Amino acid sequence: MSDVIKNRYEFVILFDVENGNPNGDPDAGNMPRVDPESGLGLVTDVCLKRKIRNYVETVKEDEDGYKIYIKKDVPLNQSDREACVSVGVNETEDKKVTEELKKLKRNDPDADVKLRNYMCDHFFDIRTFGAVMTTFVKASLNCGQVRGPVQIGFARSIDPIISQEVTITRVAITTEKDAEDKNTEIGRKSIVPYALYRAEGFISANLARKVTGFTEEDLDLLWEAIINMFEHDHSAARGKMAVRELIVFKHSKELGDCPAYKLFDAVEVKRKEDVEYPRKYQDYTVTLRKEDIPESVQVKRMV
Amino acid sequence: MGIGVKVKVWGDYALFSRPELKVERYSYDVMTPSAARGILEAIYWHPGLRWKIDRIYVNKPIRFTSVRRNEVKSKALASKVFEVYNGAEKPLYISTKQDIVQRASVILTDVEYVIEAHFEMTDKANETDNPGKFKDIMLRRLKRGECYHMPYFGCREFPAHFALCEEEKIHTAYENVEEKDMGLMLFGMDYSDLENIEPMFFRAVMRKGVIDLRNCEVIR
Repeated sequence: MSDVIKNRYEFVILFDVENGNPNGDPDAGNMPRVDPESGLGLVTDVCLKRKIRNYVETVKEDEDGYKIYIKKDVPLNQSDREACVSVGVNETEDKKVTEELKKLKRNDPDADVKLRNYMCDHFFDIRTFGAVMTTFVKASLNCGQVRGPVQIGFARSIDPIISQEVTITRVAITTEKDAEDKNTEIGRKSIVPYALYRAEGFISANLARKVTGFTEEDLDLLWEAIINMFEHDHSAARGKMAVRELIVFKHSKELGDCPAYKLFDAVEVKRKEDVEYPRKYQDYTVTLRKEDIPESVQVKRMV
Repeated sequence: MGIGVKVKVWGDYALFSRPELKVERYSYDVMTPSAARGILEAIYWHPGLRWKIDRIYVNKPIRFTSVRRNEVKSKALASKVFEVYNGAEKPLYISTKQDIVQRASVILTDVEYVIEAHFEMTDKANETDNPGKFKDIMLRRLKRGECYHMPYFGCREFPAHFALCEEEKIHTAYENVEEKDMGLMLFGMDYSDLENIEPMFFRAVMRKGVIDLRNCEVIR
């Protein structure tokens, strides 16, 4: 294993969508999320984290140390194993487990830390984003909340988005009854013709060192995952999505050299003046004002 | 109070969950004292000091928006982790397919506060520690933007930018509102008995945009 990270980082991700729905709003019939006051499009933090998890799961294929705790689906082989268990002896021994935990806690005051470390060592997403482990109150075992070093905010589009309802038809009818009196079924999808989104994130070296042990190697994997997060996420709903910029600020110290907002303000994304309706990435300019960034902070454009 | 600090914090969103509405989360109108303390602790904390919030200034109008997200409803079970730790061949993860729920959060948008606070020394302080040292560290971090981890407004997806507040006179958004009663609010959690952690509440009254927490009555 490589070393735990020693620097604070901040990062800006610019990603765009073309004729797709980057993040549906369950409150609005799965239309793209919009900030009602400004009309700017939103993509939630959890949406982006899901993509990162999915990428790591795809690349690492459940390799030890890179397991993913919050999974989209049950992998087949594990369901198989569960099936085997279900025909054999399958005690539900919650009580015994509680007893064991109590005993463990009495004999070993560090038990909860051990369990936490075990989880952090095996699961990439816990090491990165953290997780909530139950406080096992009965046994006064407190694995508690693991805060991961990586923190991501909501992504917001640069310009107000319009979402377009596209009505589509399908010739296959679901039920036989319906087939008697109609030939097609009508469906709907919402798309954003084009939008460029900006997300901002933070990495705390302290939490990495003191809590989860997030390493330099993990960091490289995280960058790789962010850059490729949409490459393996194509679907009918998403349209064309791509990460256009990943700008990483590396502080020289664990605690950082300057406030995060100064670094974020140094990245200016603007629609070009002669463009009224942005439809492609080239309609925007990205300027990085190096003079506003302290010299001790290293800036790297990763894409 | 020679050891007080004033910290300006701002951000796009904030969610200070009301304990009575926490499944579909609903934010308080303003920051709770415990959230303010959490922000300061994210910047600087040491076992030898304890932050006490004196006043919270509400610098921007209180506005809400709503976000519904897919969330998981389960947590990691310590018992399950323990079994796997001891070598049991069991799947150890949360399947979002089974555990997914859609939850709305009513959150604050475009917030800015000034937190006025001081700290008290605790008996865990080392011999070489003194209030002057702690204050210097805090001020240095505020000026340089250093922090232990990025502070946040209630939830980690809502980062809080921070800076030392150097204005003498703070202009709140409610200077013309003599008094606004915000009802009972969470003051913080009492961790003095770890076996029995209890919430504490207080009657929040905002006077001209300022919530004064000195000498407020804490209800358990």
